[in-house]
Amino acid sequence: MYKLVAEKVNVHYGSFQAIRDVSLSLPENSVTAFIGPSGCGKSTFLRLFNRMNDYIEGFRKEGSISFNGIDIYDPKIKLDDLRKKIGMVFQKPNPFPKSIYENVVYGLRIQGIKEKAKLDHSAETALRKVALWDEVKNDLKKSAFALSGGQQQRLCIARTLAVEPAVILMDEPTSALDPISTAKLEELLHELKKNFTIIIVTHNMQQAARISDQTAFFYLGELVEFDDTKEIFTNPKKEKTQNYITGRFG
Amino acid sequence: MKRNTNDMRGFNRNRFNDKLFKYFGLFCTLFSVSILGIFIFSILIQGATRIDWSFLTGMPSRIPGKAGILPALAGTLWVLVLTAAIAVPIGTGAGIYLEEYAGKKRFDRILEINIANLAGVPSIIYGLLGLEIFGRWMGMGGSLLAGSCTLALLILPVIIVATREAVKAVPKSLREASYALGATRWQTTWRQVLPAAAGGIVTGVILALSRAIGETAPLIVVGALAYVPFIPSGPGDEFTVLPIQIFNWISRPQKGFIINSAAAIIVLLSVTFLMNITAVYLRKRWQKKVKW
Repeated sequence: MYKLVAEKVNVHYGSFQAIRDVSLSLPENSVTAFIGPSGCGKSTFLRLFNRMNDYIEGFRKEGSISFNGIDIYDPKIKLDDLRKKIGMVFQKPNPFPKSIYENVVYGLRIQGIKEKAKLDHSAETALRKVALWDEVKNDLKKSAFALSGGQQQRLCIARTLAVEPAVILMDEPTSALDPISTAKLEELLHELKKNFTIIIVTHNMQQAARISDQTAFFYLGELVEFDDTKEIFTNPKKEKTQNYITGRFG
Repeated sequence: MKRNTNDMRGFNRNRFNDKLFKYFGLFCTLFSVSILGIFIFSILIQGATRIDWSFLTGMPSRIPGKAGILPALAGTLWVLVLTAAIAVPIGTGAGIYLEEYAGKKRFDRILEINIANLAGVPSIIYGLLGLEIFGRWMGMGGSLLAGSCTLALLILPVIIVATREAVKAVPKSLREASYALGATRWQTTWRQVLPAAAGGIVTGVILALSRAIGETAPLIVVGALAYVPFIPSGPGDEFTVLPIQIFNWISRPQKGFIINSAAAIIVLLSVTFLMNITAVYLRKRWQKKVKW
């Protein structure tokens, strides 16, 4: 069962073509890594799935992207509904300038949920899932900025989980973190993939090899190769993939 | 070796220029500050002793020693409140529209350029506009409401620009975080962007208002009176304000009225200083609270 399907997708920013004819199908409850050198279009492609590119000047898309068989670029699709189903974690931790608690329940508050018991329960569940609960349970009223970078990033993931999405998009979520926080986060991904479909953009090939089930290699806006992670890293079919994973270019 | 000493000399000349400019800059700063200092000092010497409770709460009079500024002070406060009530919602609304909603279409760009130009229009022109539109066409006459509407027009561009700057300073990552959790544009603006920009907006509004209460020309044109022996009780009443009272007194020949106007200047300055200090305080407080 494929969760997300992209077919013949082209993306233009004004006269620049960022994505060239990419087709890709992602199965449910798995981790897919997008790798490739800077500017290869992997982030752009990721942001197609929750329509984050819509805000960029001159953005134009061709082809189709569907989620559970529904075209997400259908004009009838409401962006806020789509993003409740497909959550996102960003490169730099970006908590709101609010308390830890308010950060986690923000997604629920904007849906109009007011019952304190429900919010409390969701906050605790989400914070437990990211293994942050024990560290912050006595400081829920404190500002989110009081947390360390790694804790902030886990808070941002908790915030996304609280909305109960089906898919989580992660755009280089560990690039601003120290090695220990990175290890914690990778461990977390293993837990999360039991219940969520995860796509992670990374420029760290070892990370892709450690955590993902499938890997897609992008180069200059094209999808060069997409296969099981093991295949990509041990037995790549294309020469370009081989050259990239062995570090001959980057 | 010879070359080396030449280099050293060049270096010294640069250092000399550096010093020269430093002292020139210091002189310029001291010059402007001391002019202001002398002005305030002389005003204080002339007027400070005249300020007492009866001066603040007295009605105007033909006799300088008995005259008070209550109607003018009350008028200024009325104008302050009414102008804020009109200009703040419209100005912040327009600023938010231009920054968050408006695209790069021709219409939006024309709007933008016009607002920037409006900020440079002399205040007396606003007075004439207010006289025609609010005073005559809309039939408000020389009322508090007509004066406040005119001043609101005058400071609208300032509030719009301040709002835009404050909203622009809110990082994109904050908006993206909110959108990615399923927030609508309105929810993102209302719950994230506005609270984060509030410090800048409030500061801009206070500075604009402190400019508004110092304005004289547009209110004279609109028809504010020089002699008001009563306290305005509603927006429809006729009124005067402190700057007009000062202008009126200072143009009288009697020495006593000159002292009165110095005292009234101290009161007006105190009000604007208080507002500016509040603005600085709020800005500092918000800077501490919001950081990324």
